[in-house]
Amino acid sequence: MTRTFSKGVVYAILILFSLCFLVPFYVLLVTSLKPFDEVSFATMWQLPSTIDFSSYAKAFDKLAPNFWNSVLMVVPATLLSALLGSLNGYVLSKWKFKGSEWVFTALLFGMFIPYQSILIPLIQTIQKIGLYNSIAGLVLVNVVYGIPLTTLMFRNFYASIPESMIESAQIDGAGFIRIFRHIIVPLSITGFVVVAIWQFTNIWNEFLFAITITGNNQHPVMVALQNLAGSQIVHWNIQMAGAILAALPTMLVYVLAGRYFIRGLLAGSVKG
Amino acid sequence: MQSVDTNNAANTITKFNKKGSKPLSRDRWLAVLFLLPSLLLIAVFVYGFIGWTGYVSFSNWNSLIPDLSFAGLDNYFYIFQTFRFQSDIRNMIFFTVFFIAVVVFLGQFLAILLDQKIKGESIFRNIFLFPMALSFVVTGVVWRWVLNPKTGVNLILDNFGWTPEWYTNTAVVPSWDIFQIQFGLPLALISVIIAAAWQMTGFSLAMYLAGLRGIPDEHREAARIDGANERQVYFKVILPQLKPITFGVIVMMLHISLKIFDLIYTMTGPGANFVTDMPAVYMFNATFQGNFYAQGAAIAIVMLLLVAIFIVPYLIRSRKGEA
Amino acid sequence: MKKKFSIFAALIMALSMILAACSNSGGSGNSGASGEDDNSGNTVGGDKVKLEIFSWWTAGGEADALKALLKGFEEKYPNINAVNAAVAGGAGSNAKAVLATRMQGGDPPATFQVHGGAELFTWVDAGKMATLDKLYEKNGWNGVFPQKIIDMNSKNNHVWAVPLDIHRGNVIFYNKKVFEENGVQPPKTFEEFFAAAEKLKANGVTPLALGDKNIWPATMLFENTLLAKLGPEKYAELWTGEVPFDDPAVKESADIFKKMLGYINENHASLAWQDAAQLVIDGKAAMTVMGDWAEGYFVAKGWEPKKDFGWIETPGTQQSFMVINDSFGLPKGVENPDAVKKFLSYLGTKEAQVTFNKIKGSIPARTDVDKSKFNVYSKSTIEDFQAAKENSSLALSLAHGSAASPGFLTKVNNAVNVFVTQQNVDQFISKLKQASSLLGK
Repeated sequence: MTRTFSKGVVYAILILFSLCFLVPFYVLLVTSLKPFDEVSFATMWQLPSTIDFSSYAKAFDKLAPNFWNSVLMVVPATLLSALLGSLNGYVLSKWKFKGSEWVFTALLFGMFIPYQSILIPLIQTIQKIGLYNSIAGLVLVNVVYGIPLTTLMFRNFYASIPESMIESAQIDGAGFIRIFRHIIVPLSITGFVVVAIWQFTNIWNEFLFAITITGNNQHPVMVALQNLAGSQIVHWNIQMAGAILAALPTMLVYVLAGRYFIRGLLAGSVKG
Repeated sequence: MQSVDTNNAANTITKFNKKGSKPLSRDRWLAVLFLLPSLLLIAVFVYGFIGWTGYVSFSNWNSLIPDLSFAGLDNYFYIFQTFRFQSDIRNMIFFTVFFIAVVVFLGQFLAILLDQKIKGESIFRNIFLFPMALSFVVTGVVWRWVLNPKTGVNLILDNFGWTPEWYTNTAVVPSWDIFQIQFGLPLALISVIIAAAWQMTGFSLAMYLAGLRGIPDEHREAARIDGANERQVYFKVILPQLKPITFGVIVMMLHISLKIFDLIYTMTGPGANFVTDMPAVYMFNATFQGNFYAQGAAIAIVMLLLVAIFIVPYLIRSRKGEA
Repeated sequence: MKKKFSIFAALIMALSMILAACSNSGGSGNSGASGEDDNSGNTVGGDKVKLEIFSWWTAGGEADALKALLKGFEEKYPNINAVNAAVAGGAGSNAKAVLATRMQGGDPPATFQVHGGAELFTWVDAGKMATLDKLYEKNGWNGVFPQKIIDMNSKNNHVWAVPLDIHRGNVIFYNKKVFEENGVQPPKTFEEFFAAAEKLKANGVTPLALGDKNIWPATMLFENTLLAKLGPEKYAELWTGEVPFDDPAVKESADIFKKMLGYINENHASLAWQDAAQLVIDGKAAMTVMGDWAEGYFVAKGWEPKKDFGWIETPGTQQSFMVINDSFGLPKGVENPDAVKKFLSYLGTKEAQVTFNKIKGSIPARTDVDKSKFNVYSKSTIEDFQAAKENSSLALSLAHGSAASPGFLTKVNNAVNVFVTQQNVDQFISKLKQASSLLGK
């Protein structure tokens, strides 16, 4: 604890910032409760004359079929990318070999490619392996492009596990896999939580791959959310109601797991 | 770097070899084996595709008909000569620097406040973390409304006699004339930075909060016993220990800011006079609306090179830290 | 410890496998011909042919219109399942990206929405389309679509697509009450326009609402000035290269465009076209130049045509009709070309054209339909379309992909975006001239 400010000042500043942070949520909520003819820039701060839930009903109708698609996509993609990330992180932090730092660098660089630029070869490749137009294809792509990030997070996380633990396990005759199972994994449950939250949010909110790789029946909810807006007229009330509905799962994750998120970061950040 | 690296690896190997060498070598193979699937995937999906993009960027493929004949550097010359791309590079640099600065400082500041053992910490924390749950597409729409110069916050600020133009401002500060553009911070970008920072500050806050909790109280107490005041405790004890966290935050934010697309696309578009345009937006436009595949590829390659400039120093730095 | 981990690992593996299996079966179920989730309700056996109808009509009136169209089709052809494969995105930008990647990847949809004219021709030139000459003959369409519209869908003496709807692009919509209060008449010429604008501005009303966040509304403003100053014939010759962009009339248009920019709302760059239309509804602005989908927005906001809002051609284009057209063609390499042809045949019927356009708020491409079925606004548009057809003063929209190639249009949009801020006419003209090398492509 750092006693840098007096309590009153601390509360005042925190409340001020909280209000600022909540402003966009207020706009989302208020607009989503208005009938369309009350929706306009000029009256965006005003409360609706009557609370109108019909936008939610309309948005829900259109989004509901796509919710399950998103779940089918996000759960395996999150788990698989976390699993691969933890294996990679384990190897790259505890089983360094000649050139392993370069391998890590090469993996990490994958985080930075602009996905728009590789869309065409990506789709051709996905088509060739027969996963185009399927959720499985979307899972694959999200896992692949999640590897750099999850590897980075786990590698940093594992850096905090003392070398001596590994060494003593080796003296006891434990090998690569047993050390992973019995030492690394149990110690990194909080790490899994952090990575899973992060990946869950990213993949849930991902739009570009979703719209290009899946067809109509497999579109995840983010694509359906965009589809709520037509090419000509946008019904902002429905759009914002949809945005709130589509964000519920991720918001829920943060509320329920927010505490573990910090705890996980804490466990992993001793050494950065 | 190479030599440092090999030494490092060699050290590890000798260290390991001291204790029973037979099962270890098998384990080393296992380690590589487990790494292999990821490596293969990245090799194809990242490097293979970058290779493809690079190849296209040197071709004449600027219509719907693929034409992979060699064009040399024509596409690069072309994009660098356009007003739009010059603006994009400027915007990207200023956006990245200011966005990261805001996220780092604000996140750290709020984390320190939250670390004062206050009541309702979890409520505050959740409020700050909430925006992370939204997609940039939604964030863009909402902030387009909030920072609209004729409505939004200006309806409130008007009472104080201040109505900034937000993202419709076309001024650049300071405006040095370089090539076709004015170099400096386009004021319109401030709005985009606010929106992006709103969404991502929660992450850096969480990281710093975890970092602060990770610093044992004894360190602080020891400093205080030595007669340090709170300011000195912060700068001498806490800040240095938060360094690795700052690096982590910077890398995560870099990869968001350099690729930023959805937020710009929904919030401001390219902006008047391209004051809020970004390379990714230009590339999407050129490739999928104008069918300039080769020019789009060239933009992507330049983006990657810029990423390398930003990221390589970090990688070198982080490796030194471990050596 | 050991147990814990095994359970954990088993859970992960099991979950991923189940979900992967689920998603796989979902995928194959869809790519197969059977239609478990088909909504026609009268599925017979598993032999239904599936057609993917690709468009960017995902919401509002346009989506309802598409739905009605597909329903009408399925009633006629119960054995064909026309699937709505609409993809969203501002004015089709995402849809175009998806389409381009699919076409490049050799996986074309059964048919797709495309603007007639240059945008269609890029696909023709790329060798991705099949000709529809026989379909036109069989359906006797050569007499029922205006020749100009058929020309928009023809290249190299072959016809490549079936026009479904027509929108008009050269319309000023105005707030009647604001006009009355300020004693302003709907302007027919630029002189009248600027006189009215001056008066409105003096009274504190924004004369012209513009929302060019996505740039193209500004391009529309410019193309309408071009049409006014060059006339339909010379305007058409701009796109063939016969009239160069440094023609004095083009420069004059740019000057007028610049002058118009002096009367727009300050926050234009932050608005989309519909926000600009909202300014007109709110009475903060008097006029806006937009395609006639704006009428749909006004009506959706509870406004009545002729009572709350009026419309008039943009200055100097009374005799002309700026055509914005959506067509559907037959891509090469589709699975069931015959079924697609049935669908395209249906698109050309009076029934389909009326059903669709009545809901969408556009007008049929056919000129032999019963216009009494349409609302006040559409009726007047249909009449103007007819008249313009007879005067051969139909003009192709640049902003909406018909007049010139997407490549040229992208460069023009870039130039317009810079011009709106910098307002440097000479630089603008030279950029247009530079881009004109792309016209043939």
